[in-house]
Amino acid sequence: MAEITQAQRMKIQRHPMPEQDPKVRARNFKEVNFGYDEKTAIEEANRCIQCPKPNCVKGCPVNVKIPTFIQAIADGAFRDAAQILKQDNALPAVCGRVCPQEVQCEKVCILAKKGKPVAIGNLERFAADWERENIGVHPPHVGKKTGKKVAIVGGGPAGLSCAGDLISMGHDVTVFEALHTIGGVLMYGIPEFRLPKDIVQKEVESLMEAGVVFKPNMVIGLSTTIDELLQEYNAVFVGVGAGLPYFLNIPGENLNGVYSSNEYLTRVNLMKAYTFPSADTPIYDVAEKNVAVFGGGNTAMDAVRTSLRLGAKKAMIMYRRTEEEMPARKEEIHHAKEEGVEFNTLLAPLEFKGDERGKLNAVVLQKCELGEPDASGRRRPVPIDGAIVEIPIDVAVVAIGNGSNPIVSRTTPDLEVNKWGNIIVDETTMKTNKKGVFAGGDIVSGGATVILAMGAGRTAAKSIDEYLKSE
Amino acid sequence: MNKIIFAEFIGPDTKMFRIDAPLIAAKQKPGQFIILRVSPEGERIPLTIADSDTKEGSITIIAQGIGKTTKELNNLNAGDYIQDLVGPLGKPSHIENFGTAVSIGGGVGTAIAYSTAKGLKHAGNKVISIIGGRSKEYVILEKEMRDIADEVIITTDDGSYGKKGFVTDSLKEIIDSGEKVDFVLAIGPIPMMKAVADVTRPYGIKTVVSLNPIMVDGTGMCGGCRAVVDDKTVFVCVDGPEFDAHKVDFRLLTQRNRIYNDQEKESVENHNCRMLKMADEVANG
Repeated sequence: MAEITQAQRMKIQRHPMPEQDPKVRARNFKEVNFGYDEKTAIEEANRCIQCPKPNCVKGCPVNVKIPTFIQAIADGAFRDAAQILKQDNALPAVCGRVCPQEVQCEKVCILAKKGKPVAIGNLERFAADWERENIGVHPPHVGKKTGKKVAIVGGGPAGLSCAGDLISMGHDVTVFEALHTIGGVLMYGIPEFRLPKDIVQKEVESLMEAGVVFKPNMVIGLSTTIDELLQEYNAVFVGVGAGLPYFLNIPGENLNGVYSSNEYLTRVNLMKAYTFPSADTPIYDVAEKNVAVFGGGNTAMDAVRTSLRLGAKKAMIMYRRTEEEMPARKEEIHHAKEEGVEFNTLLAPLEFKGDERGKLNAVVLQKCELGEPDASGRRRPVPIDGAIVEIPIDVAVVAIGNGSNPIVSRTTPDLEVNKWGNIIVDETTMKTNKKGVFAGGDIVSGGATVILAMGAGRTAAKSIDEYLKSE
Repeated sequence: MNKIIFAEFIGPDTKMFRIDAPLIAAKQKPGQFIILRVSPEGERIPLTIADSDTKEGSITIIAQGIGKTTKELNNLNAGDYIQDLVGPLGKPSHIENFGTAVSIGGGVGTAIAYSTAKGLKHAGNKVISIIGGRSKEYVILEKEMRDIADEVIITTDDGSYGKKGFVTDSLKEIIDSGEKVDFVLAIGPIPMMKAVADVTRPYGIKTVVSLNPIMVDGTGMCGGCRAVVDDKTVFVCVDGPEFDAHKVDFRLLTQRNRIYNDQEKESVENHNCRMLKMADEVANG
């Protein structure tokens, strides 16, 4: 290939992600984005100017060697690109799909100063998909065996990335998972149309091939305790994720038809309720009905788009503030709108109403306006006196975050937690106050993203390795 | 996958299983439950552990074939495997020496009451067991209860066995006879548990019920099993399953258990169709 000058590189426009037509995809569970083909990927990779001091690497919670893998794609060395990614990221096909690149690597890309950043996420996805589809997912490199054993509690993003790094370092790794399938939120939370479950399982299988042992159906704290694990393992990493869903604490919240987003999404994703009665787990039939989702984060977008695909007549987001303050990825909001989701903002729910059988049939909302910024820096919604509306709905999904799960802390009383039940760690080492016990992900940080949990898992792996060497 | 060691019908559509699960057997305490799935596309359903045998490394569960999953479970036999089994989940029963404890089991609820009744006996209580059933064949675990309880009273709705009447009639008789009842455990259909709570409330007798709402994960993650106790929303899987009977909102419990009635019917019909088709295939070679 002829050398491209920097000037030529700068002229290439960012390649949009090819995707299913919004009208069609709003009614199926197939993946929205198709991914780049080889030619598009090379062209996009050619936009990277290979900064000598790349900001993008620092912008990535797991410090993927972004310019290096992008150069490999530009050179057509797709296999190498995938290998480079996996040196720092155990789940590249997942992260290429669900990372909020716009606030991480792509935000600090030098090209973003004058135009659009390199599509790093799309390229990451391309490299991982190319490997899986063409030569099969290669397990991570496994180092010389150390004879040390590590137990990982929770098979979600934090646990998997921790497991991937520890197995590479030569330790024996066993992952304990409470559900019947490995993957945590990647399996129960994020929908098929955004993250196909086969892809998650392929990445899990590659860890299995590398020697990671997975034990599903194990609730640590109940099936066995952290203290018992410490008798058998040299170290324990706790990455049990977010726990109990928050509700709105308004009247009528226990009516039939009111769900937490965790339950709504778990029924559909993990239990495949969208194929009912082929799969046994049911979900409320929303065909020709109105669904309201309360919240403005990624989970709210996942739930509202899921309800469209389940056949809802009207799928609505109800948010207390404005779109500006929504924590969801811009792409998710954009996709939801394209698919026909109705956005209702500056509305705070006051009460759910139901019929005599206890079935939800309406929500009463308080209209708000934006006031002064609150502790989160976002402008606070202030009720407008007397402005109350009632909207007929059949299903409500509450997607306002999660508290911490009490099972581990309740059964490990000497493990220090804060007043919200989150495990307290030293943030540079992920060490807890309990010897040999490390923690990371949502159980430490509260609800965050897949990649931040993976970053915590990596940090923990590094310090577990140091701990095991000094032991 | 967990192997079924023993399986036997002990009542109409009611089957007892001993399942190989050494880790659960070692940890199980009275009142706790498991969640199981019978097939790769199966639903996760909670069932209270009736007993465990640490020597054999097994747990005992008793299921009544009502929904699709329990019907499929009841088609399994010794040597078959359970797809997924997780536990023990939930908080154990609070057991202490109350004095005189009455354990009331209605139908398959007796299976759940058994484990706690046994624990109450071990703790030094005088245990009176009331076993209720619609008719004689629905009376289960009589022999097992006789082995652990000081007294066993059987009631049937139709009088085909034991006393004719409801479990609450016998409970009233015990209280009226002047026996000082210190603790009542009631496990069975929601109307029965509510009736027991209504009987003991005026006497101020501490009464505990075990709730069995619809669950998914069973670890607090989904919040589907929420109930209202003492005007507060609780998650039965992590806060229970046992609660103060005088504070449970039974009406809400009934309402929430009906969420999937339509789909449940469809699922059972689907199951029955498949069974008929299989029978046809067998019949037609």
